[in-house]
Amino acid sequence: MAAGVAAWLPFARAAAIGWMPVANLPMPVAPTEKNKRQDELIILNVSGRRFETWRNTLDRFPDTLLGSSEKEFFYNEETKEYFFDRDPDVFRNVLNFYRTGKLHYPRYECISSYEEELAFFGIISEIIGDCCYEEFKDRKRENAERLMDDQEDNKDAKLPNMTFRETMWRAFENPHTSTMALVFYYVTGFFIAVSVITNVVETVPCGSSPNQKEVPCGVRYTVAFFCMDTACVMIFTVEYLMRLFAAPSRYRFMRSVMSIIDVVAILPYYIGLVMTDNEDVSGAFVTLRVFRVFRIFKFSRHSQGLRILGYTLKSCASELGFLLFSLTMAIIIFATVMFYAEKGSSSSKFTSIPASFWYTIVTMTTLGYGDMVPKTIAGKIFGSICSLSGVLVIALPVPVIVSNFSRIYHQNQRADKRRAQKVQKARLARIRISKEGSSNAFLHSKRNGLFNEALEFTSSTEEEQRLTKSTSLLESQHHHLLHCLEKTTNHEFVDEQYYQQSYLEAGLQNYPSRSPSLSSQDGVTGTCCTRRSKKHHTPLPNASGPAHMQPLTHAHTHQQGLQELSTIHIQPLTTSRSSLNMRVDEPASMNCQSSQITTAIISIPTPPVTTPEGDAHLPAGPIHQNVVKVSAL
Amino acid sequence: MGIQGMELFAIGVVIILFMAVLKQFGILEPMSSFEDNSDSDLELSTVRHQPEGLDQLQAQTKFTRKELQSLYRGFKNECPSGLVDEETFKTIYSQFFPQGDATTYAHFLFNAFDIDRNGSIRFEDFVIGLSVLLRGSVTEKLNWAFNLYDINKDGYITKEEMLAIMKSIYDMMGRYTYPCVRDEAPSEHVEKFFQKMDKNRDGVVTIEEFIETCQKDENIMNSMQLFENVI
Repeated sequence: MAAGVAAWLPFARAAAIGWMPVANLPMPVAPTEKNKRQDELIILNVSGRRFETWRNTLDRFPDTLLGSSEKEFFYNEETKEYFFDRDPDVFRNVLNFYRTGKLHYPRYECISSYEEELAFFGIISEIIGDCCYEEFKDRKRENAERLMDDQEDNKDAKLPNMTFRETMWRAFENPHTSTMALVFYYVTGFFIAVSVITNVVETVPCGSSPNQKEVPCGVRYTVAFFCMDTACVMIFTVEYLMRLFAAPSRYRFMRSVMSIIDVVAILPYYIGLVMTDNEDVSGAFVTLRVFRVFRIFKFSRHSQGLRILGYTLKSCASELGFLLFSLTMAIIIFATVMFYAEKGSSSSKFTSIPASFWYTIVTMTTLGYGDMVPKTIAGKIFGSICSLSGVLVIALPVPVIVSNFSRIYHQNQRADKRRAQKVQKARLARIRISKEGSSNAFLHSKRNGLFNEALEFTSSTEEEQRLTKSTSLLESQHHHLLHCLEKTTNHEFVDEQYYQQSYLEAGLQNYPSRSPSLSSQDGVTGTCCTRRSKKHHTPLPNASGPAHMQPLTHAHTHQQGLQELSTIHIQPLTTSRSSLNMRVDEPASMNCQSSQITTAIISIPTPPVTTPEGDAHLPAGPIHQNVVKVSAL
Repeated sequence: MGIQGMELFAIGVVIILFMAVLKQFGILEPMSSFEDNSDSDLELSTVRHQPEGLDQLQAQTKFTRKELQSLYRGFKNECPSGLVDEETFKTIYSQFFPQGDATTYAHFLFNAFDIDRNGSIRFEDFVIGLSVLLRGSVTEKLNWAFNLYDINKDGYITKEEMLAIMKSIYDMMGRYTYPCVRDEAPSEHVEKFFQKMDKNRDGVVTIEEFIETCQKDENIMNSMQLFENVI
């Protein structure tokens, strides 16, 4: 039921009195409104801009935010209004939806921000009115394509462990991943070109001795050409088999267009080998040689433009179909007319309607070979009409195809440009920095928290004050949250460098030696193991992680076995933080009763950061240089 | 050599094309009647109707001021020009009965509301009708119902009129009902109605018979009070 007519419901109900006298059964009881309110104005304050409307207007759509009781969450008691901290410009459209029942999409609005606002207010975007729906859909599609490009770029990230098969497949699909792939790419490209040129040159008449006819080169230098052909086909076969081996889904690969082209390109050779020089099949054999030209389609793996063209044609299939259909109609009509018009004239080339097809096609596409020409006046008149209409019929669907091609081509250009340019790199770098910033802030605050804990024992208040940084409440709550997560999973957050470092080292040594993580102070318990830092185990493939989390006994054995211990980077602090050293050694000497023995793992990065003043906010630098491996219990 | 068939045809085609070109230049006047349609479209949109003042309406109907305001806002929202023509009325009413076809009944309703029979309902007609239906006495309501059934407003309900009304009510049910609406259902219903109402068996129901019978029927009297607090 549309919104506007909700106001007419009372009327419709009243008009139902007309049914009463004819009804034979008693009527059901009418629903009563519990607290019937008079219609009142409510104020919606959206980021400072006040909108006022009747309550009934909003009640028209009870499954949206404003129409249901959900809006009570936004009610401000003091000002007696509903406050929403959203975009007031988009809200205008939302409110108009309630008023008129139609949702409009303004052109100047960004599609994703609009969709977010709609999602917030609980309005599904499908009910956008017809006047704005197409625009909305187009923009949405464009946006999705753009996002897909971004995602595809990110997929190129190297995954740590890929099987040989996967690496090979990636090398085939993306020649830029490694040098070998690039070499392979160029070699195959070269051989495709060679093969195509061979096929072409084969038919050129080579010079011959005067007493012989001109023979094509293929006949003159049969052996040479045969060798060349064999070599190319060998390469193609090997390539195809390698691709088949490396493909993640062989069945799907075999069905794909490119593989079919590959097969078609190399099959004639093998068929030719198998078949003997039999007279009756030689005709078929010659036909097979035609298929060799399909090798040129193998270039589409090498050329972006070719792929775009193919994709465009596929996506414009309906327009092409229409073009073909209308052309066929016109050809038949004009051929018939021309045939009957030229029937009278003598020695006319228009011997039948199918014969006139040729004339019509040549004329409509404005080729005009001139081998068939109308001689009668009627024929000439219809011939001219034919050529004029041909121009029109062909010109109509072409812009659609062109615009499709242009859209796809520009999209690819955009993606390529972004890949090539530093823009993308800079953008990714910015994103990475901001992410690192927040994670480093956490890591950093953990370190400082560590100092705070350490200092509690030295109980030097001045240093405490210096160390407590002025992190905002938000930040500290966020850090606490991350901290809780660490506790929950018994893992810790580390820097990227540490992670890679440890990963590399894990490959070198059979036990993870480095635990470049930070101590997470558990200041809650004041047991003997005051420095209850977790035993860190990076997410290494063979780390016997869960075992570390076992209680005391296991931890002991593992510690002895693995030697994976704390790396306490305390080098800069050895001079001034001797207490820390003591702390670290203490657990080793003391008999910790705690159920969880973990090693103290403190990473104290570069000196500037670890000065007692603790003012630097530098991210973890080349920390591994300062590593001091200390084994602790 | 005389002009042969094809050439005649060709000349004919040439003449047609020539005329098409001339039309483009505006030399040959097009003989279409586009202007009439566009003019008639203009007519309705420029007409706007303002209702009588709030006070007068308050005097004429039994609604309070606030109720009238609320009613007018709803009315104006759907019909900005201030007048409801039959098509709009049918569209609005049909929205409440998505399963069936409410247009016929809406037609009868429209006639019942359109007191001065000028083809459009003004706000005053609307509100006066509603006032009767919601705030009127039972007799007034019954009068209104009789007026609805009496299609030609001659003071008598004939069987044909009743059958038309009944069919339109059954049409609103649509096809998907349980049990299925049989074709004879409206006529049977009409027969029952006439048996109840037509006291002197003269084949028509007069207003007195109608009111008298309804006042005796408890169901009907109860149902008349049903929609009292709709506004």
